[in-house]
Amino acid sequence: MPADMQPTLNNDPATRANNYTLRRREVIARILADRPKDLLIVVGLGTPSFDIVAAGDTDLTFHLWGAMGSAISIGIGLAQARPQNRVLVTTGDGEMLMGLGSLATAMVHKPANLTVVVTDNERYGATGMQTTHTAYDVNVPEMARAAGWPITGTVTSAVELETAVPNILRAPGPVFYAIKVRAEEDGMLLPPKDGVMLRDRFRKALLGPSAIF
Amino acid sequence: MPESDVSPGENTHWSGDVHAVLKDLGVRQVVYVPDAGHKRLIEMCAADPDMVATQLTTEEEGIAMLSGAFLGGDRGVLLMQSSGVGNCMNMLSLTYACRFPLLMLVTMRGQWGEFVSWQMPTAKNTPKMLQLYDVLVQEADRIEEVAEIVEAAGRTAFDGPNAVAVLISQRVIGSKKFTR
Repeated sequence: MPADMQPTLNNDPATRANNYTLRRREVIARILADRPKDLLIVVGLGTPSFDIVAAGDTDLTFHLWGAMGSAISIGIGLAQARPQNRVLVTTGDGEMLMGLGSLATAMVHKPANLTVVVTDNERYGATGMQTTHTAYDVNVPEMARAAGWPITGTVTSAVELETAVPNILRAPGPVFYAIKVRAEEDGMLLPPKDGVMLRDRFRKALLGPSAIF
Repeated sequence: MPESDVSPGENTHWSGDVHAVLKDLGVRQVVYVPDAGHKRLIEMCAADPDMVATQLTTEEEGIAMLSGAFLGGDRGVLLMQSSGVGNCMNMLSLTYACRFPLLMLVTMRGQWGEFVSWQMPTAKNTPKMLQLYDVLVQEADRIEEVAEIVEAAGRTAFDGPNAVAVLISQRVIGSKKFTR
């Protein structure tokens, strides 16, 4: 076959994610379709938060509206407080990259009930879809693996997602997956914004009515 | 230039009292970036079966971790040096927006016989930076008052909820000495 007829693999950082197979809303809906009732969710600011709302918000979801880079650290503190619950942190690649140190901090006690899922569209979605570092082949799951996370991986297809879902929801962790999703702008589905309300609804649902001030 | 740790860490007999106060307050998660002044307290918390001591790569992780701990029903404390307060600034918006309780024990650098001028800018502005984010600042200047101030700060933090920082003077912990 002549060289100019071979299919070319698009590796242009600015455009390659435009053609990724998986769609973020469908990915989160698929994972949460199997969620246990007592799953605790911490979700990073922006589109990942809207994806959770699209799939069905619950009181046991803590949405962030700021504090970029905090999602995994919040998940570590929560997982260490509640070893009897699965803790799922879902966040974007930009948010995650701002808290890379948390990959190391999670390894101090290695909470087996902690899972991090990064919906990785290689973009900063809220600021104009500029590329993040993952567009330049920065492999965050490999960073997590090098830090000692026992289960890590990158998911690029529906088949791989089916294999990952039981690990995400049940496997002894900490578990870290980056799920490569198409760079596209979905509708904004806003969760509640009041921080005290989000704090109290979570604690009330988890710890009972006496847990609110 | 070799660094001598002879001075800092010597005056840590307040550490046992503070550890006892933290236990009485029901503190379970202790998160920290190591500091010579906190050395003994960190060791006591790490050895305590009722506590979970977690070291951080940077101080702002601690603000976030303790917020998650509180969501799960745990009380916590952040142990750090004043240089790290600058690292915490945007993360304190989490504390502010959600009114999470926060107890920080901050050992001061750049304040009393400081040898390294690079420590001065953050030290000089430590109380101001915390107050900009509505963190109550309580300063402990004498060894015998540290535990009492931590107890009062802890009650203010957990009963409020409020964000409270106890600044432990460099005079209490001793200034770092350098030798050639």
